[in-house]
Amino acid sequence: MKRALIWLPLGLFGVLFVVIAAGLMRPADTSVHSTLVDKPLPAFELAPMVPGKPGLASSNFGTGKPRLLNVFASWCIPCIAEAPQLMALKARGVPIDAIAIHDKGPAIAAFLRRNGDPYAAIGDDSRSRVQMSLGSSGVPETFLIDGRGRIVRQYIGDIRADQVDQIVRDMAAAR
Amino acid sequence: MIAEAGLAALWFAAMVAGLQLLLGVLALRRKDAVGEQAMAAIGPVAIVQGALVAMAMAALIAVFLNTDLSVKLVAENSHSAKPWIYKFAGAWGNHEGSMLLWVTILGAGGALVAWKERTLDRATHVATLAAQGAIALGFYAFLLFASNPFARLNPAPIEGQGLNPLLQDPGLAFHPPTLYAGYVGLSVAFSFAVGALVTGQVGAAFARAMRPWVLAAWVLLTIGITAGSYWAYYELGWGGWWFWDPVENASLMPWLAATALLHSVNVLAARDGLRAWTVMLAVVAFSMSMIGTFLVRSGILTSVHAFAVDPRRGAFILALLALYIGGALALFGARIGQVRAGRSFAFVSREGGLVINNLLLSVILGIVLIGTLYPLVAAGFGVRLSVGPPFFHAAAGPIALALVAVMAVGPALRWRSDDAEAVLIRMLWPMVAAAGTFALMLTLTGGMGVLSLLGLSFGVGLIVASVLPITRRNWRRTPLPIWGMVVAHVGLGVSMIGMACDAAFTAERLVALYPGQATIVGPWRVKLDRIYPNVGANWSALEARLTVARDGDGATLRPQQRFFTDPPTTTSESAIATRWDGQLYTVLGQQDAATGRWQLRLWWKPFVTLIWLGGALIALGGVLALVGRWLKAWQQRRREALWG
Repeated sequence: MKRALIWLPLGLFGVLFVVIAAGLMRPADTSVHSTLVDKPLPAFELAPMVPGKPGLASSNFGTGKPRLLNVFASWCIPCIAEAPQLMALKARGVPIDAIAIHDKGPAIAAFLRRNGDPYAAIGDDSRSRVQMSLGSSGVPETFLIDGRGRIVRQYIGDIRADQVDQIVRDMAAAR
Repeated sequence: MIAEAGLAALWFAAMVAGLQLLLGVLALRRKDAVGEQAMAAIGPVAIVQGALVAMAMAALIAVFLNTDLSVKLVAENSHSAKPWIYKFAGAWGNHEGSMLLWVTILGAGGALVAWKERTLDRATHVATLAAQGAIALGFYAFLLFASNPFARLNPAPIEGQGLNPLLQDPGLAFHPPTLYAGYVGLSVAFSFAVGALVTGQVGAAFARAMRPWVLAAWVLLTIGITAGSYWAYYELGWGGWWFWDPVENASLMPWLAATALLHSVNVLAARDGLRAWTVMLAVVAFSMSMIGTFLVRSGILTSVHAFAVDPRRGAFILALLALYIGGALALFGARIGQVRAGRSFAFVSREGGLVINNLLLSVILGIVLIGTLYPLVAAGFGVRLSVGPPFFHAAAGPIALALVAVMAVGPALRWRSDDAEAVLIRMLWPMVAAAGTFALMLTLTGGMGVLSLLGLSFGVGLIVASVLPITRRNWRRTPLPIWGMVVAHVGLGVSMIGMACDAAFTAERLVALYPGQATIVGPWRVKLDRIYPNVGANWSALEARLTVARDGDGATLRPQQRFFTDPPTTTSESAIATRWDGQLYTVLGQQDAATGRWQLRLWWKPFVTLIWLGGALIALGGVLALVGRWLKAWQQRRREALWG
């Protein structure tokens, strides 16, 4: 009994080692998937970000047609990389709204001048409150909101060229 | 050039650490002249190792102060427009730099053991230094092969990416070094334990030699945790002081183990009991420090403190953990049978109380460990979750209360054996105080939570019980370590009262005001005078001027929304009015676009400062005990010098 007890700490450490090693070996999926997928869009109302473009409220969604909701920022490099794909989506008739996080109007205006403006509306989420409530962990991230105002898909990271067709199909399916 | 010199110093330090390990093995294996020479050489070698790694750290600080952007680490974490204090402290505000700070303090600890430690028997001293060399060697390898802080960047960028604004606070200059010094101080206890296991010398003399190291490490950990808690409290702007974040837990776990060790090492020193247990705790305490470091560095747990994630680094540190912790525990299993059992004691006795204290601390440690790692286990089954305050409060709260009860009784117990009935009589006043507080609070407030109500009453009871043992003593002849115990125990009671008051009586308001409007929070009237811009060295801000007043007392507070451009981040700088009976905590939020009103988040937190005041008292208690032990050792040496 006493002898077994002496080896107990080593055994416990062995268990700990296995747990940690297993955690480390697991494919490094560090993306945080929103638990809100398949749930209604949370209510929010955001002020306009740039002159001449409206702010964004949750009531803009769920009006019968699916829309994309893009979370971005002017200081985010992958957002620049993703801009051409968003412009391509816009050209194919996909309506896109945006939430700008931790940002300022002039910086956004400059960003849009340089990289194109695919957005119908941009809301000012300077403290990331709405971003948090969406369960989004970083920029860029894009949500597909269906015609009934429910989140049906979440695209984490920048949208790449090979994703554009898939997103158009997802839009058609979300009617 | 400076970066290359730093890298060279780091390589030399690693080689010298290898030499240190080798000399230790030689000294213990060979009983001839070579062994004797190795034994004589190991001390100076440890000091050289400490000096070399200190040079590497100095080189890193120098490249940060110069903002040498051709060094990758500087380019990624610093910026030329940063105030110098953040360039200096920014050297460890990142993964590589903080690991280098870690081994620097480890090297300094080893050098200090070689230079100052005189009470330990020679063989154990050598084994201890060899163990220190072995630990350092692994972490040098980690730095040199997986986290080189001196890597160059070609071409060098014209500007650095800047330091996370949340870290641009004087807290960064003090919090990590104290905490690390605490962690690493425990490495000395760990090496002592390994050394004693190798030589089989576990006894009162070993405990007396280890005690100051444990005390010093524990004091530094206490200061580091208390300061970190206050830093998070005012910097994050959430009004909370402890979030059960994995990294906070990573600092709490070694503290709990060190607290248990601190008490059991006293039993070993005074009564020669609890031999195996003390050795075990010394191993566990540093193991918890390493596991904590691993959890932060590997990024396997999501945390506000996590730095860049690199699985290769995680695997490297995990291998080091397996080597050191697994090795020490295996050595424990193989050798502890040869350590003779210490002296026995009755259940109701000072030793018995300390054993229960140790068990309860271990249970809390286990709860925190399980709560911290549970998300990892759950992730293995495909569930993403985080464990928060509801679990920790419900699981650890009741045990912490039991621990406080034992703390109250412990100092009133006699060594070896005591009479249960007599103990109860001695505890009369503390029990009256606790029950009185309980009844008073119940009638006055009614709606207080059970845990806060009990926390408050137990806190008051603990303070009374802690002061009791010295009321019947001659104060001038009471040894300093006893004062240390009293102050530290009172400190915990004070801290508990602060936590309970914060949890139970905090008044919180979230309001939107036009400039000129006022609102009420707790006893305070808060008026928003105006909002205006402000600029600092590397930020611009919107600042609110608040005039706050309660009967006969007033102040002006200036909370800010601060914008940093490198990297682009907004932080809210809270403004706090501190009074004897609490703090008024104000945070400026956003402007409401539709109405033009400004959001303000206001808290009145009665007696919240007692939390950190208590923490400071706990640390002060440790310092008093440490000074007391030093004085006694010094007097003894002087007496020996006079008579010997």
